[in-house]
Amino acid sequence: MKGLLIISGLGILAMLAEIFKFKKLLLPIVLLGIIAAFALNFLEWQTRLDISYFDNMISFDKLAIAFSGIILLTAFFWFILANNYFDKSSSLVDHFALVLFALVGALMLTAFKNMTTLFLGIEIMSIPLYVLAASKKEDLKSNEAGFKYLIMGSFASGFLLFGIALIYGACGTFDIMKMRMFIEHNATQLPLFFYVGVVLILIALLFKVSAAPFHFWAPDVYEGSPTLITALMSTIVKTAAFAAIFRLFSIGFGSISEVWTSALALIIAASLIIANFSAAMQSNVKRMLAFSSISHAGFMLMVILANIRTNISLDAIIYYSLAYSIGSISAFGILYNVSRKGNEDISAFNGLSKNNPLIALCMTLAMFSLAGIPITAGFFAKYFVFTTLIGTPYKWLLILAIITSAVGAYYYFKIVIAMYFNKSEDDAPLIIENSNKFVIIISTFLILAIGIFPSFVSEIFKF
Amino acid sequence: MLTVLLILFPFISALIVFFTKGRLARNLALTFSVFEFIIALVAFVLFTHNPNLSILCFNHTWVQSLGISFSVSINGLSLLMILLTTFLVPLIILSSFNNLQELSSKFYGLILLMQMALVGVFAANDGFLFYVFWELALIPIYFICMLWGGENRAKITFKFFIYTLFGSLFMLVGLIYLYNHSGINGLKSWAIQDLYQAGRALNLDQQSAVFWLIFIAFAIKMPIFPFHTWQPNTYVNAPTQGTMLLAGIMLKMGTFGVIKWLLPIVPLALDKWGSTAIALSVIGIVYASCIAIAQKDFKRLIAYSSIAHVGLISAGILSANQQGVQGAIMQMLAHGVNVVGLFFIADILLRHTGTNEINKLGGIRNINPNFAVLFLIILLGSVALPLTNGFVGEFLLINGVYQFSPIAAAFAGLTVILGAVYMLRSYQQIMLGENKDSSFGVLASSEKLILVIICIVIIGLGVYPKPLNDIAEQASKDILINIK
Repeated sequence: MKGLLIISGLGILAMLAEIFKFKKLLLPIVLLGIIAAFALNFLEWQTRLDISYFDNMISFDKLAIAFSGIILLTAFFWFILANNYFDKSSSLVDHFALVLFALVGALMLTAFKNMTTLFLGIEIMSIPLYVLAASKKEDLKSNEAGFKYLIMGSFASGFLLFGIALIYGACGTFDIMKMRMFIEHNATQLPLFFYVGVVLILIALLFKVSAAPFHFWAPDVYEGSPTLITALMSTIVKTAAFAAIFRLFSIGFGSISEVWTSALALIIAASLIIANFSAAMQSNVKRMLAFSSISHAGFMLMVILANIRTNISLDAIIYYSLAYSIGSISAFGILYNVSRKGNEDISAFNGLSKNNPLIALCMTLAMFSLAGIPITAGFFAKYFVFTTLIGTPYKWLLILAIITSAVGAYYYFKIVIAMYFNKSEDDAPLIIENSNKFVIIISTFLILAIGIFPSFVSEIFKF
Repeated sequence: MLTVLLILFPFISALIVFFTKGRLARNLALTFSVFEFIIALVAFVLFTHNPNLSILCFNHTWVQSLGISFSVSINGLSLLMILLTTFLVPLIILSSFNNLQELSSKFYGLILLMQMALVGVFAANDGFLFYVFWELALIPIYFICMLWGGENRAKITFKFFIYTLFGSLFMLVGLIYLYNHSGINGLKSWAIQDLYQAGRALNLDQQSAVFWLIFIAFAIKMPIFPFHTWQPNTYVNAPTQGTMLLAGIMLKMGTFGVIKWLLPIVPLALDKWGSTAIALSVIGIVYASCIAIAQKDFKRLIAYSSIAHVGLISAGILSANQQGVQGAIMQMLAHGVNVVGLFFIADILLRHTGTNEINKLGGIRNINPNFAVLFLIILLGSVALPLTNGFVGEFLLINGVYQFSPIAAAFAGLTVILGAVYMLRSYQQIMLGENKDSSFGVLASSEKLILVIICIVIIGLGVYPKPLNDIAEQASKDILINIK
């Protein structure tokens, strides 16, 4: 909770930076704030379980702390990457403030205990992102991205509200635990509109994680938005929305899982197939990563599906989110540096192994991790998903996941091939600022470290 | 500890080689790989004195909560495979010394990394560790083929990579399935003995599923019909050293896997599906031999002949009797040495005359009789003439398959005849007859050295196979105890 307060405070502070002229100091303050939030967050881990605030509207239990830890870690990396990105435009401060507010929303989504907080979290997170997506004002595509995101996102919010209203109508409460109790007591006599409400909420949240068939906005928005905003969307937003789905459906609607599991299984299958086969056909790296993030959403949803039957997969979810976030932030950080000349196609990576061998190696490892090649973090992430799913009736989904993983390797390796195999047009060495290099190298190190010692993470988050 | 050294040493040497340049890199790589071979020989000597030495085993917990441990050891089977690997890698490195353009240090570093992964695959005693090394072996060879391959390398290497990755993911699922059924009191474990137990406790349907999940990975790696379509193109397009690694050692990962990680796990499924798998292998033998006869390109011919040979090996293993498995182990050693020799000859032909097309070559014996003799010895080894290394294994293999099914043995036996046809005919056209191309010239000393070493091994193991054969016999008994 203290972490959430600190980040909110930082957001307000960031807006004041322009007025009181401490723009230069803003980044160190933000970074220190995030570290403080991260630390305070984990201190609560030590104390008691489930301290709830505001009449049980929000509560940082271990699950919330773990997810917000991942979000804060990613945010820390993101701010270092972003420092120089917004330098040229004078609106650094606005950007920082907006991102910080989005972060507040994301943290709320990990910890909500009440439907109101869920809705607030989603809105607080999304509204800054609509603005950020359109923040390249002169760029037509960026405007398109913001507009699309806004319209589609508003629809999703509408669905969410409608769903919440229907469920409130059936249960008479916004509180998730009370709702759960109500469902368990009245399992046989729930009205039809309750189920409609569940499905509407599911659709709204799946829209946020961009699972197929609610993914159509994702490639355009990802491509049009500034690269680092895309990075933000595919890591922090995704983790937060995923945490929300997990909490709401595994805990809130866990006892009526038969209503939504078969639909979820189909959605996962569609996400895996559509995303991977579309990604294989992309030449724009950002679009490709957009589709790849859809496929990873499919993988993460699989854990939820498995978690209904077995209760061992909590650490699998945390591990997957962590591995995916780190791999993505590293990949996007490199992409942002490589595509500075304006070329976002795979050909931008041509000859990178000559121009900057270290960064090429980091990118290779990031791609390995996203593709799930051992001994990177992504491999263990996939491994955990496979192990949780193998004991469930969804074995066909497992086979599908394997086939699409092989397709996944195909497009991730396209970039690796371009780096090592194709010749670049100019041999100018790629120079990367030290701050960015720091983020890329640290995240690469993490990819390897938690890949070689997965027990480190899975032991910590054993509940 | 010695086993860990065998895995770690190539890794460290690879790191050192990556940071050197030019000639130094290749000389260092050669020296390191020779050292590695010496370490393997020490292990061999120790093993023959006392197979249960504690120095040959190593066990350390890796991920405790998942029951994964870094557990490696040397037993008879893995010792032979490690000997083969460490013997071939120096030769493979040496074979690159006469390349026209100098290869970079990356090339040698990758070969050494590959060696690390291969030794790891052969030594692993933990299912998870085995899988990790199995995948790790794929990455260096992918880069070797990709960076130094022939014309269509991008497309072909890709097919190879996706194909094998696909197979190994299925294997992973099979292994996870076993893992989930392993252990007592809820303590699951990846240790090989626990997986054996878990597998044997399954019923027939479950075993069948596991059998096919795991078998597909091995079948793609070997490759046996109908999973072989990646192989000829990959072999032809890869750089010679890559082809040697693929055919000489990597292929053995598949056959080794079937012996150690499939036979003892699923005995019931083997009874039911073994004949199907043998049928596939035998179809592969006849099919690949017939295509080999029609080949015009010598390198491609060897690639197809390799499918035929490996088909026989896999048929022998799947017949699951003493002769079959022992013969397979012996033939794996022989085939590794012979196929490397043959690919090296193809490489020499290409470098000296500029072509691998059988029709354009001829009469080289008149120019270089020494080369003709060395070529002939390697070729005879590969058609399994008595007193060459190929004979022992092939004889046992056909014997083993015969015990399983005389009809299968009759078709499998065709490999001997058809092999003689395509091998001798290509020899005849390339070496004998009129001079079509007089540019062959003399062999460089390193080329001569490699061929002579290979010929000595071929004849040496043909005349006196006993030391290795004893180990193979014991190893196959150890495996088969688990089945009966």
